[in-house]
Amino acid sequence: MYFIEASDRVGETFANSTTLKSSTLRQSFVFNPSGIPRNMFQTVALSGSRGDRQLFSDVSVTVKAGTLLAVVGENGSGKTSFLRMLCGLLSPDKGTILWQEKDIRQLKELYTAQLTYVGHLNGIKDELTPVENLKVSAYLAGDASSGETVQQALEAVGLGRSAHRLPTRVLSQGQKRRVTLARLWLSTRPLWLLDEPFASLDTAAINYLTQRLQVHLSRGGMVVVATHQEIALPTDSVQHLRLTR
Amino acid sequence: MSQPSMSEALRGVVRRDLLLAMRHRSDVAMSVFFVVIVASLFPLGVGPEQAVLRVIASGVLWVTALLACLLSLGRLFTADYLDGVLEQTLLIPQPLAVLVVGKVFAHWVISGLPVVLLSPLLGLQFGLSGESLWVLTLSLLLGTPTLSMIGAIGAALTLGLRGSGLLVALLVLPLFIPVLIFGAGAVTNSLAGIGSEANLSLLGACFLLSLAFAPWATAVALRIALD
Repeated sequence: MYFIEASDRVGETFANSTTLKSSTLRQSFVFNPSGIPRNMFQTVALSGSRGDRQLFSDVSVTVKAGTLLAVVGENGSGKTSFLRMLCGLLSPDKGTILWQEKDIRQLKELYTAQLTYVGHLNGIKDELTPVENLKVSAYLAGDASSGETVQQALEAVGLGRSAHRLPTRVLSQGQKRRVTLARLWLSTRPLWLLDEPFASLDTAAINYLTQRLQVHLSRGGMVVVATHQEIALPTDSVQHLRLTR
Repeated sequence: MSQPSMSEALRGVVRRDLLLAMRHRSDVAMSVFFVVIVASLFPLGVGPEQAVLRVIASGVLWVTALLACLLSLGRLFTADYLDGVLEQTLLIPQPLAVLVVGKVFAHWVISGLPVVLLSPLLGLQFGLSGESLWVLTLSLLLGTPTLSMIGAIGAALTLGLRGSGLLVALLVLPLFIPVLIFGAGAVTNSLAGIGSEANLSLLGACFLLSLAFAPWATAVALRIALD
């Protein structure tokens, strides 16, 4: 049986130190600098399973503008499945996901136009250079995809110009992850769904990414991150959802 | 934020897949060599008798084109599935069926179009006349995109499964049969002087039907594969 536990800090239990089953997470902070409507992103009594195995049940959570939801939990607790559900890639067993109070299953492409997803897999082509990879993905996402913009994004994530024209297959895992994350420097979409974005990154890259997340949140964006790592962001803009067995 | 239009997204998918094909020239060359070698083995095996070669020409060339399509179907979605690009494709804010059309078109350009362009030369090996060569080329031009469309459904349905290569063959080969009959029949009728218009019209109808339904079916299958 799986329980949902909410906490405002990784490892620290939310509210009255209770493990919540079938809970609705409540946010105590207000962070809405851009005037974007609050409660933009919600899951209502979301349940998911893989095969016969129940991953989580009755997860209700609200992500407001300017806040980050860190989904934490041990391996196999369903973090990736939860994020894929939020993208619409995976169907929940029960429950609904709401974007601006509308079901994402009805919104379809209108919803996907609002999100940037960085998955467990990098979603880049080994045969293409980092510049080509980023240009193609930015073009298809409707983001700025000029050569100069793309190069700036790669530099912002700490990938030197010497690596820009190499086939991605010769880069290290960490460098490939940087190429993937450089999409966030091009993205103008309000909702970012990130699955283990810090994996394979060195300290410098983690700092670049944390700064980028901070900028996004300060502009009223929303982030959902599945991670094992503590995120160095102001605590009033971070909430935690713990998926536990 | 500017969202890509449907045609922009379609162009983007085609451009990416063609760029990847350019980086994998050997894969493209292998498809072409496969067609050339298989089509050339038959005249060598059957012998130089022109009358016999003419009789078997349409069937041999069409089956060769069909097998070449089948061989390349494994590349259609598998690589994208493994590296996570397919996930990202599903999140492009345009109907997935439209993006599938882009992928199938790129697949046809890489695997079907070379067969169409080579077909007059291959037909010469079988002693086909000028008009029959023209009909052969036209039939392949109408038929090979249909094969790619139908093949995409099988490729999507078997995505991520073990032994998907064999499974996709078992799934799509029966569906290829009408295209094979109409395509080979067009050339045979042309050789017999009957006229190939009816067969070509049926091939055209198959193409339009596949264009209407196959992208949608493929999109559904891809969503199931990633669910």
